[in-house]
Amino acid sequence: MFSLLRSMWLVFLHMFHKRETYQYPEEKAPLPARWRGRIALTRDPDGGERCVGCYLCAAACPVDCISLQATEAPDGRRYPSFFRINFSRCIFCGFCEEACPTYAIQLLPDFEIAEYDRQNLVYEKEDLLINSQGKYPGYNYYRVAGMAIGGKDKGDAAKEEPPVDVKSLLP
Amino acid sequence: MEAHFWWVIGGVLFVLLNTAAGLIWLERRMLALWQDRYGPNRAGPLGLFIVLADTIKLFFKEDWIPPFSDKVVFVFAPAVVVASVLMSFAVIPFGPNILVADWNIGLLFFLAMSSLGVYSIVLGGWASNNKYALLGAMRGASQMISYEVFMGLALMGVVLLSGSFNLREIVEAQRGMWYIIPQFLGFVIFLIAGVAETHRLPFDIPEAESELVAGFHAEYSGMKFGMFFIGEYLGVTLVSSMIVTLYFGGWLGPAFLPGVIWFVIKTFVFISLFILLRASMPRPRYDQLMEYGWKVLFPLSLLNLLVTAAVKLILTDNLK
Repeated sequence: MFSLLRSMWLVFLHMFHKRETYQYPEEKAPLPARWRGRIALTRDPDGGERCVGCYLCAAACPVDCISLQATEAPDGRRYPSFFRINFSRCIFCGFCEEACPTYAIQLLPDFEIAEYDRQNLVYEKEDLLINSQGKYPGYNYYRVAGMAIGGKDKGDAAKEEPPVDVKSLLP
Repeated sequence: MEAHFWWVIGGVLFVLLNTAAGLIWLERRMLALWQDRYGPNRAGPLGLFIVLADTIKLFFKEDWIPPFSDKVVFVFAPAVVVASVLMSFAVIPFGPNILVADWNIGLLFFLAMSSLGVYSIVLGGWASNNKYALLGAMRGASQMISYEVFMGLALMGVVLLSGSFNLREIVEAQRGMWYIIPQFLGFVIFLIAGVAETHRLPFDIPEAESELVAGFHAEYSGMKFGMFFIGEYLGVTLVSSMIVTLYFGGWLGPAFLPGVIWFVIKTFVFISLFILLRASMPRPRYDQLMEYGWKVLFPLSLLNLLVTAAVKLILTDNLK
């Protein structure tokens, strides 16, 4: 009996507590930097696309919401000719981000992508590409991996180091 | 006199139905307050228009009568609860001159009408032809009938002290001292029985949505559900105003405010208490509820009646 009265009193005291609610549309909740929201394709520091069209994101996607077609530039650089993400299917698991070898595909702290028309949730490449390096500023895949061009193999140029032999145990 | 009478009936009905609808808003806001939330605060000032939105929603919902139900009884049941509760309000003195029926059996009439409310639950649950509804109806019937017993017994203390069943005279008799002081035990018992009578949480055994889906009104939709809904809030208002009338001096109060205002203030305090009970109490098991009623509250109310009667006898003997 006493415990009931005590719990009533304690609940009553909550009248004077601060409310937890965020008044959402006016007051935004702070999102963590690693929040998995809208997916974007980022650019390298030179402003070029990071995506090399390796299909790893599409393969990793558990709901098959990513579709792309890789193609090759005249200099041998691979890039996606189209890149399409169906956000009505996406579950924002972030597997594509983990699978991406070039840090191209990234999930941003933005969840406000609701649409009245379902078709508008299908984002094309121009919708996905953002003018930013995302979470990895200064990272350029080809500076790390090297790139073979006509007459020059990976790491052969003057200011390049030879590529790391991933099969070797030596440092 | 005649004109005054109709004004009172109209005013009481208008205020009561609006109060019952407004309680939807009040309850959600209060619950939110006690749970560190805001509750409905978008539609209109402080979210008050949620009442309007809810009402419109209820009116426009599909009013579905299940094909497997007993149709006549199914339609009839929700009306009973609202009608019986509204009838009870006839005997409550809201202010010095605001009283629909000045009957010398006022309190008995209230008890009779609140017993009639059981029919709504039983008929509704039975006519729904649904096992959850039937279980809820059975629970509701036994709960309300057993809590009715000592609800009546607890009220007899007040009747003994005031020497009248007339609620107006009971209020007048509290001029010297509110009955909460001599009848504190009776007040506690009546409060608990009142919560059970309106089957509000924590005694919402007939509904018990975590066990019985929605209990006796599981099959109801649209405005028929709305009637049960309004009936429940009307019941809360009724029990609160009965508590105020019987134990807290009704419309009596310092003269700087009119009696009606005092009555309304006191009633809203108790309505808030009902909501606080809902916010803080767990639902007892069904057998616990019955045991608590018959083994604790019933003897206590008998004891209260006996002691009150004895004290009254001794005092009147001394007066002679």
